[in-house]
Amino acid sequence: MPEKKIRVLIAKPGLDGHDRGAKIIARALRDAGMEVIYTGLRQTPEMIASAAAQEDVDVIGLSILSGAHNTLCPQLLDLLHRKGMNDVTVLVGGIIPEADIPALKKAGIAEVFLPGTATQEIVQFVRTRTAQKS
Amino acid sequence: MSEKGKSGTPVANPPELSPSQRKPSQAERNWEEKTLKPTLEKSPERAAEFTTISGHPIRRLYTQADLAGWDPEKDLSYPGEPPYARGIHATMHRGRLWTMRQFAGFGTAEDTNQRFRYLLTQGQTGLSVAFDLPTLMGYDSDHPLSEGEVGKCGVAISSLADMEVLFDKIPIADVTTSMTINSPAAVIWAMYLAVAEKQGADWQKISGTIQNDILKEYIAQKEYIYPPEPSMRLVIDTFEFCTKHTPRFNAISISGYHIREAGSTAIQELAFTLRDGIEYVDWGLRRGLEVDEFVPRLSFFFNAHSDFFEEIAKYRAARRIWYKTMRERFGAKSARSSALRFHSQTAGCSLTAQQPYNNVVRTALQALAAVLGGTQSLHTNSLDEAWALPTEFAATIALRTQQILAHESGVTHTVDPLGGSYFVETLTNEVERGAWDYIERIDALGGMVAAIERSYPQREIAEASYRYQLAVDHKEKVIVGVNDYVAEEKPLDILQIDESVAHRQAASLKKLRAERSQAEVHRRLAALRNAAQGTENLMPFIYEAVKAYATLGEICDAMREVFGTYEEVAIT
Repeated sequence: MPEKKIRVLIAKPGLDGHDRGAKIIARALRDAGMEVIYTGLRQTPEMIASAAAQEDVDVIGLSILSGAHNTLCPQLLDLLHRKGMNDVTVLVGGIIPEADIPALKKAGIAEVFLPGTATQEIVQFVRTRTAQKS
Repeated sequence: MSEKGKSGTPVANPPELSPSQRKPSQAERNWEEKTLKPTLEKSPERAAEFTTISGHPIRRLYTQADLAGWDPEKDLSYPGEPPYARGIHATMHRGRLWTMRQFAGFGTAEDTNQRFRYLLTQGQTGLSVAFDLPTLMGYDSDHPLSEGEVGKCGVAISSLADMEVLFDKIPIADVTTSMTINSPAAVIWAMYLAVAEKQGADWQKISGTIQNDILKEYIAQKEYIYPPEPSMRLVIDTFEFCTKHTPRFNAISISGYHIREAGSTAIQELAFTLRDGIEYVDWGLRRGLEVDEFVPRLSFFFNAHSDFFEEIAKYRAARRIWYKTMRERFGAKSARSSALRFHSQTAGCSLTAQQPYNNVVRTALQALAAVLGGTQSLHTNSLDEAWALPTEFAATIALRTQQILAHESGVTHTVDPLGGSYFVETLTNEVERGAWDYIERIDALGGMVAAIERSYPQREIAEASYRYQLAVDHKEKVIVGVNDYVAEEKPLDILQIDESVAHRQAASLKKLRAERSQAEVHRRLAALRNAAQGTENLMPFIYEAVKAYATLGEICDAMREVFGTYEEVAIT
């Protein structure tokens, strides 16, 4: 049976335009054989949730460097919950103070990746996580 | 413009010297044979090849053989004289130290006003305002898209009322202020000028800088509102206004900083920034401005990254390229047009979240490169910025770093101490040549706006950024504390900004809208909208709207209605 490709949506929520990290992750996951969709900049949680539903993704990767993570992440998780998309893994990467991580995880963020994370670590996390779910 | 200028081709590119053309002296060949060879046989070098952080190859040794055809009297010259390789002033930092200008801003205008006054009491010599994302994008603090972002990355400024608080008890006549604002630069600058007027400061005498560099927003930082054409019109409007009314203000800070932070190489940073500069000059001339009238008001802003000598070479090459460009391409006569002045900031992207105290060392080395490269002003990053905006404690160490360089290291005692180094001069030539190649490629694409529309610089940067990431992932480039020498550490105390800032901003906006004259606001916004449809300079219209306390969001919306908004083609 041919292996189904892992589908990932990389999204930049909020007003921030710093997209270096998002682009690198998109490319690294693609190079690792995943199907990657990049939303482009300035996506509202609503736009991200509906793109995730339309594209039927296994994973959403959010890139946030603006300090708005405590507002944007819960909004997205709530929308996914209401759409019945509880099995989508949501990851966050960016400038995230350590003190904020427990609350983000409690809200349903699967993992928070800080600056300096190797791309292989993220690839590995996505593979392990999606393998557990399928 | 001269005939040479029209072709856009520089006449004095540094000669290309391939290793095979290199003619070492007899003494150098003897050294290779007698000393080097046995050493390499006994103990090989640590790597087969050495490269800069940008991937530029670095040879084992540089000698006079690398500088064949290089004329120290012509190519190096003297400080304060063309082509300014050694710096734009005769005495450089012996005469006057660089301006220590720490970028700061968070929370409300009150919060940032306090930080500014603190920094000034600590010996900082110029102000630099960081605005929050809603302000940078031309939204008021109470706009739905501002939710979660108010006061987070900088200070929230939604109207002249906020700007008045930001500069409360700070005399604009005596302090120079740099404002990192781009798409809404004309509006924020108008607010600053209105505060200056209220304080009784003379516009002819006040000085400072608005970043106002929209091209690098499309290329790298992505905080744009309108499409390129109307955005460039706004930029040229500010040039024209500045030339007439604020002759000591810098109407733009043409920025490589963000290009580099987005992952470019040093050569790309240099080339794209200077090609942006050429684009602004082209547009200014098309408006009918005189080259020697407005070009002296253009300033530059470069990154100070980690690869020490590559950075120094970059600043030296920048001055030579700008000199040649202004003289040969644009026929500038005034030395003030052709001497490139620049601000520098240490590399935010080099800061690590891991073992953050190491960032003090990184920043000090980067700052040293900027000083040795002849910077006019400098911002040093704080050790905690891979986590959050800096605390007062961290920001003070960053400022002290500059003061130690200025007063303890001794590097300011002589002008361009590295001038004449075989390595630095060769690298300067190579970086310059690499930049000219890019500039010619962008000329061939029809200029920078055309190149941006084809995603050319965006794609080049994304490629370089990914290459570097792979090098780090594969440990070809070591980052201490990240991919080597890893250790567990206790979390830092960092600056927290809560949502009370947004609530305070929303309340003050509500009050402002209730107290101002609505009729006057509508009249001024209608006049602006009307002027935007024509070709008049928009600065006077924006200024009048600002003075009527129209908000930033309202003014930007008035122009959105006429100009539309821009969306980029996302590339990955």
